[in-house]
Amino acid sequence: MYEGIVQELIDELGRLPGIGPKSAQRIAFHILQTESVDVSRLAELLTQIKERVRFCEICGNVSEEDTCTICRDPRRNAQTICVVEEAKDVVAIERTREFRGLYHVLGGAISPIDGIGPDDLRIKQLLQRLADGTVTEVIIATDPNLEGEATATYLTRMLQQPGLRVTRLASGLPVGGDLEYADEVTLGRAFEGRRVVE
Amino acid sequence: MIVRHLSLVDFRNYETAEVELHPGANLFVGRNGQGKTNLVESIGYLSTLSSHRVPSDQAMIRSGADAAIIRARLQHGDRQLLVEAQLNRSGPNRAQVNRGAVKPRELSRYVSSVLFAPEDLALVRGEPSGRRRFLDGVLVQRNPRLSGVLSDYERSLRQRNMLLKSARASGLKNAPLSTLDIWDERLIEFGSELMAARSELVAELEPHTRLAYAAIAGDSHDATLSMQFSVLDSARDDDEGLHEEAVRHGAIDRALAASWFSEALERSRRQELERAITLVGPHRDDLVLTLNGLPARGYASHGESWSFALALKLATAEVLRQHSTAGDPIIVLDDVFAELDASRRERLTEAIEGYEQVLITAAVFDDVPAPLAAHTVHIDSGRIVEAS
Repeated sequence: MYEGIVQELIDELGRLPGIGPKSAQRIAFHILQTESVDVSRLAELLTQIKERVRFCEICGNVSEEDTCTICRDPRRNAQTICVVEEAKDVVAIERTREFRGLYHVLGGAISPIDGIGPDDLRIKQLLQRLADGTVTEVIIATDPNLEGEATATYLTRMLQQPGLRVTRLASGLPVGGDLEYADEVTLGRAFEGRRVVE
Repeated sequence: MIVRHLSLVDFRNYETAEVELHPGANLFVGRNGQGKTNLVESIGYLSTLSSHRVPSDQAMIRSGADAAIIRARLQHGDRQLLVEAQLNRSGPNRAQVNRGAVKPRELSRYVSSVLFAPEDLALVRGEPSGRRRFLDGVLVQRNPRLSGVLSDYERSLRQRNMLLKSARASGLKNAPLSTLDIWDERLIEFGSELMAARSELVAELEPHTRLAYAAIAGDSHDATLSMQFSVLDSARDDDEGLHEEAVRHGAIDRALAASWFSEALERSRRQELERAITLVGPHRDDLVLTLNGLPARGYASHGESWSFALALKLATAEVLRQHSTAGDPIIVLDDVFAELDASRRERLTEAIEGYEQVLITAAVFDDVPAPLAAHTVHIDSGRIVEAS
């Protein structure tokens, strides 16, 4: 145990995701040894992030204004919406530069253990976005785990309406990997999702 | 497969241990509490990633140490393999095969073993949960992919139970019910696969069990295996007892299991909402052992129960042997001979004769039939005293 404020900082850092007691201690001592300008900048960012960052009123992505840069961009294809669990997933898909449509961030996945039901996710907002018929395809890109699949099933049910195509991201083999090293579950999924080559 | 050499570091009571092992029988002799079982437990751990004695890995790390290491040099036919597992007190465990990192659960592809222990009697006389654990353990060894299905089923079950609880708390009429269908679907998807896989395994084990029973007991009693499916059971309120109408002999396919499951969920929905728990599914199934048509649990004598337990384990070894591309599973007999009478000792010795490697622990040297005592190691307070 360290004295007063040092220990308090370590405890506080240790509550962050992915940081254990040892890392928390390392970070705390790093801060102690860092120039105070750098520390103030970090401190300022930490206070500002809560004040300045909001969530996009349309898609739920993180934004500094009422709507996010993607929703504001007129070049994006407004007929396709990709549904993801978290804002982090938007960044991941944007990196591919393959998708030019819009997003919808649910804010999690259905998980009764964590007390998250459909009403806790931004599903109602999604249905509202679909109401005017502009959107012709919804791509469900929830995580390929138990809760993500459950959420995808739920969404599929809710989105049954004429003129709307609902698709799910494929699961399968990682690109650049070796077939022999793929685990059975992934390989099994890849078999299920195989397609005819023209 | 054969374990050529076993090294332990900070495992149980061993600071370090180096043991040279031989093809065929290897006997570890020592008074109780000296560390015989710990040696064979380490090999069991490599093949199942769990101990037959404790539910948590922590107990296997020597007190005061941060990590335990199990290192085994194996021989699969002509192929040599170095398999290592590191059990960490904090943080995830690690595994290596030939010095290359692998996921710990991959280890069971390289090491397979069948453990016989005094606790096996509970397979015949104990609770259904022990028999489910036994079947699931063999399933995963035979087909590692099923460990994913098992954990997905368990998680779906927990999610669904939680949903039922919150539905009950909110007065049964609110929104959570709409997602119950979603979790039913997940439960049925994984549950039907588990039911089909278990029934297929039981059908595969049965002929071997029948033969092994006859060989061990030396009588003509007919040993049979079937599954009792809770989804077919109308009196599903307890996990106990035999319900004839729910017992099925032979393998069932996944589609059939799924249709039983979804009908059962529909039938029991009202009751499940009242009780806020999932009442039907493979988590409530049982493996039914019968001897001449009578349930072994309740009717079999002590000797017959032992014969049945040994027969199940011998059948397991035979099934794993047939599925393996890496040779026979390692047979581990942990303190078993002390429990058996002279004739069963002899017949068990004959039954395991053909296996590539057999590891035996005993407190009393004379309990072990002579053919198994060719390579004997004495153990005293965590030290390998003398190898002959």
